[in-house]
Amino acid sequence: MKRRTLLTAAAAASALTLGLGAPAFAEDPTKVGFIYVGPVGDGGWTYEHDQARLKVEAHFGDKVETMFQESVPEGADAERAITQMALSGADIIFTTSFGYMDPTINVAAKFPNVKFEHATGYKTADNVGVYSARFYEGRAVQGTIAGMMTKTNKVGYIGSFPIPEVIRGINAAYLHAKKVNPDVEFSVVWAYTWFDPAKEADAAQALIDQGADVILQHTDSTAPHAAAQKAGNVITFGQASDMSEYAPMPRVSSIIDNWAPYYIERIQAVMDGTWESDNTWDGIGPGMVGIGEISDAVPEDVKAAALEIKDKIASGEYHPFTGPINKQDGTPWLAEGEVADDGTLAGMNFYVEGLTGEIPQ
Amino acid sequence: MDFGGINPVILLASLMVASTPILLAALGEMVTEKSGVLNLGVEGMMITGAVCGFIAAVETGSPTLGFVAAAIGGMALSMLFGLLTQVFLTTQVPAGLALTLMGTGLASLLGQNYVGIKPPSLPDLHVPLLQDIPFIGPVVFQHDAVVYLSLFAVVAVWAFLKYTRAGLVLRAVGENHAAAHALGYKVKLVRFAAIGFGGAMAGLGGAYISLVRVPQWTDGITAGIGWIALAIVVFASWRAGRVLIGAYLFGGITVLQLNLQAAGAKVPVELLSMSPFLATIVVLVVISARRHGGTNAPAMLGRIFHTS
Repeated sequence: MKRRTLLTAAAAASALTLGLGAPAFAEDPTKVGFIYVGPVGDGGWTYEHDQARLKVEAHFGDKVETMFQESVPEGADAERAITQMALSGADIIFTTSFGYMDPTINVAAKFPNVKFEHATGYKTADNVGVYSARFYEGRAVQGTIAGMMTKTNKVGYIGSFPIPEVIRGINAAYLHAKKVNPDVEFSVVWAYTWFDPAKEADAAQALIDQGADVILQHTDSTAPHAAAQKAGNVITFGQASDMSEYAPMPRVSSIIDNWAPYYIERIQAVMDGTWESDNTWDGIGPGMVGIGEISDAVPEDVKAAALEIKDKIASGEYHPFTGPINKQDGTPWLAEGEVADDGTLAGMNFYVEGLTGEIPQ
Repeated sequence: MDFGGINPVILLASLMVASTPILLAALGEMVTEKSGVLNLGVEGMMITGAVCGFIAAVETGSPTLGFVAAAIGGMALSMLFGLLTQVFLTTQVPAGLALTLMGTGLASLLGQNYVGIKPPSLPDLHVPLLQDIPFIGPVVFQHDAVVYLSLFAVVAVWAFLKYTRAGLVLRAVGENHAAAHALGYKVKLVRFAAIGFGGAMAGLGGAYISLVRVPQWTDGITAGIGWIALAIVVFASWRAGRVLIGAYLFGGITVLQLNLQAAGAKVPVELLSMSPFLATIVVLVVISARRHGGTNAPAMLGRIFHTS
């Protein structure tokens, strides 16, 4: 009995303090949640999202409170994780992987007052916006370097899942490698994971065993670089993050995701009450896609060609998918000079002419 | 000697490398389970071993010391599990799951300053004379010491359980801890030893990933391999030889399917991707079903032993 009295008294006292203390805070901080597909230390995709989260904190200071959950599996369990975050009072939640698309939409329907931002997807709702980066622009630059630098004319590509974003990357890289080196061949290995260092290393090793001397990856860890380094004369590209710890060889350049400006802009919109569902898709020009420094292992002429294509894409003068381009089966897709529209690109589910193998359906 | 663009020598050699972490961890867990303890924390112990081994190897420049540290790290974490389940008598399943959660977090914390560093490499042991045997030589006799250690461990564990007195005691504890206790065997001591062995082996397996197979440290580097090892123990019906078959099948088909993809084989990728799981389960279930009607699980698996 005594203990209970004590507890009640303590509770009352703390309530009182809280009550008195409340006016000291001008307003509640905006709560921002992030759902990550890998660990924050993956050195790639999730790492960059988390860097952006830290920049958000630095930018807004006390006005925001961020939280994140890492290594959330895509699929049913994601729904639980997102729900949990919404229940814990998040004002806006960024779900940062393609596989969170349906879970995000489902949870959003239950929490109409919470804003959701889903990365790389295409389903929107009143309180769900989508955002992605035009990684394929960076792939065009990589393809150019790959095509000019390969000696075996074999380029290995580690794909994660056969989704439009990844297929776009393969197509863009292939088209630009082919442009500078008509003999180039691509072999694609599907790892069916975003993050599994051992498997990614095995996939890289398998491609190297098959004679590839350039490895492009669309998975998130730095393991393929380690495999390439062990093999010797194989070059790689940083994915999502600079991965400069493997420069100048094997990593010769990279695609760097820069999410911070977008996150800051959207969180500001929530604070101002002006947030609306959007569909943002930015590339090299606006700075959402960065090209990591091209290392000294790349000959000057190759570097110049790569930078030229990068600048042309940035200025909008050149689109990586400019006709004439045929589909894999030979049917025409884009006529001479025609540029791909965003709708087709967003749902891209076909290889371009010249690529071998089939896309798993 | 190429089949469909794949060189079988290279394939078999990388098969052994890919299978070793699973083999080490599964073998350790098998011994633990044989003593009647179900430790679901394999994944946590592996990743702790991976980070401890990596740190030690980088700091001392010696991969051998790295592996020693990995075994100690894995064992230390498993002792925590031992303390919880053997002394405080907590239920083993949640304790094991907690161990995985804790191990993953601990590894991430310890490894913070080690991302992007290249560890010293473990030299391959070229067995004299034998390595010159055509075909078999390069496949079997040009690996690093840990591959041989893991194969030796299979034989050692098998012989230990089958022919030694200590092995018999361990099995007795796993089959009927009350009877073993009545005979005067120290049930808890035996189980602590078995848990510790399991932890050390899982640690070695983890370090093999971070020091040899991937060579680097990244958060979450084991990516679920510990769970595969756990499953292989069950499907192999607690026999060392079958654990070897299971681990090599799984590791081997994982590598094979990636090679088939890289070589552009005309097999649907979905089928290739699930083939390691499918083949391992089918093969092990078939060989387990033939010999014994029932399950071969230690009777006291997962039960709490209570001395009164």
